[in-house]
Amino acid sequence: MAEMRYTKDHEWVRLEGDIATIGITDHAQNALGDVVFVELPEVGREVTAGEACAVVESVKAASDVYAPIAGRVVEVNGALADDPGTINREPTGEGWFFRLEPKDKAEIAGLMDEAAYHAFVESQA
Amino acid sequence: MAELNETLLETPLAALHRRLGARMVPFAGYAMPVQYPAGIMAEHLHCRASAALFDVSHMGQAELVGEGAAAALEQLTPADVKGLKPGRQRYGLLTTMAGGIFDDFMVANFGDRLFLVVNASRKAEDFALIEAALPAGVRLRRLPDRALLALQGPKAAELLAPMAPDLAGLSFLGVAEASIGGIPALVSRSGYTGEDGFEISIPAGEAERFAEMLLALPGVAPAGLGARDSLRLEAGLCLYGNDIDETTSPVEAGLTWTIGKRRRMDWDFPGAERVREELANGPKRLRVGLRPEGRQPARGHTPIHLPGGEQVGEVTSGGFGPSLNGPMAMGYVAPAQARDGTALELMVRGKPLPARVAPMPFIPHRYAR
Repeated sequence: MAEMRYTKDHEWVRLEGDIATIGITDHAQNALGDVVFVELPEVGREVTAGEACAVVESVKAASDVYAPIAGRVVEVNGALADDPGTINREPTGEGWFFRLEPKDKAEIAGLMDEAAYHAFVESQA
Repeated sequence: MAELNETLLETPLAALHRRLGARMVPFAGYAMPVQYPAGIMAEHLHCRASAALFDVSHMGQAELVGEGAAAALEQLTPADVKGLKPGRQRYGLLTTMAGGIFDDFMVANFGDRLFLVVNASRKAEDFALIEAALPAGVRLRRLPDRALLALQGPKAAELLAPMAPDLAGLSFLGVAEASIGGIPALVSRSGYTGEDGFEISIPAGEAERFAEMLLALPGVAPAGLGARDSLRLEAGLCLYGNDIDETTSPVEAGLTWTIGKRRRMDWDFPGAERVREELANGPKRLRVGLRPEGRQPARGHTPIHLPGGEQVGEVTSGGFGPSLNGPMAMGYVAPAQARDGTALELMVRGKPLPARVAPMPFIPHRYAR
């Protein structure tokens, strides 16, 4: 499996071929609590790095999910509509949010690797 | 995660919350558990299925003592306090001269004194207001050295019974002084969840031992402020500062029932003029329940529009109801839109979410009548 990269907003990115899959981290789902609804971007939408393009609603609050990199949305995880709890159970697997065709794949290398992300989370605790 | 400010107050159960793995958040100046490791959803459902223990020690507790205590309190509220029988408790509103709601509160008659519970966020203001209104011979005794716990849920009564035989026969909104497992307590059969249950005031020094004793009962689990909020919203109960405040009147809020019959003949409470006018001619807006279509919640401050049209109000509380298994909200709309079933739109992040006015409570109350 391809290496995952992370943002300070607690999203993860996994590049497979020319397509980047994006979701939220285990730390993020744990902080949010039980997810009850997600709003996903439209397929075909062009997003810039840091742009709010999805919303995740837990019992207690709504939170934005940001595009970690620039690109075009090519697919969204429609299964989340019926079972948003997947995000809590498998945040880095079946609980993915959307897929992007990156504008510049090299942008991904500029994000945190797993060790850097863990250090970042620790520093926030 | 925001760091907890060091100036936050703690309840007598702070150490226990941390031991239980609670996530602590600032609330009304206190560090309070928003949830335990089970999570809001599980804590909420457990309360409706069995029994949940809440720490509500941040709330203000006080006693009003002396000849004329009830009459003194009636200067500040439209509730019938003088008619409250010993052993009974009542929900009431403190009203402003302009007819707004200064706070909501519970008052109980323990025979020789009135026992008050007010909101944490308002306790300093409430107690100052009450003290300023007291005649000679009536005294407000603040009780900062008492903890307040709520045991809520359909199993609360049967679980508590073996430890507190004195409480058998206490009906909804009944109060009693009782010894529970050897700890002296002021108990009321009441709560903020729509379920049967008890609110129990005990000396702060006994709070941790008492809470651990209850948590050791089979079927009792701790629940935090997150579940408390989703439970009270399903029960259609107001949260002060969200659903009612100094701008909302008792009539607009649908809380006219808290005004005593005698008080409605004498009109001798703060804001009586506005209440009387609104009862005669109708209020400008009304608090209603709302059910959004689908599963997307609409939160507080979401604008409420006519379908495809102008704004007619605002959501004051909104979220996802775990027992309802769907989103729910309450808010204010013009009386023309207040009828059950009225189609409206909630503007969530600029997009219209279809919703209908719905009766409250969203989940039926199950009080021990």
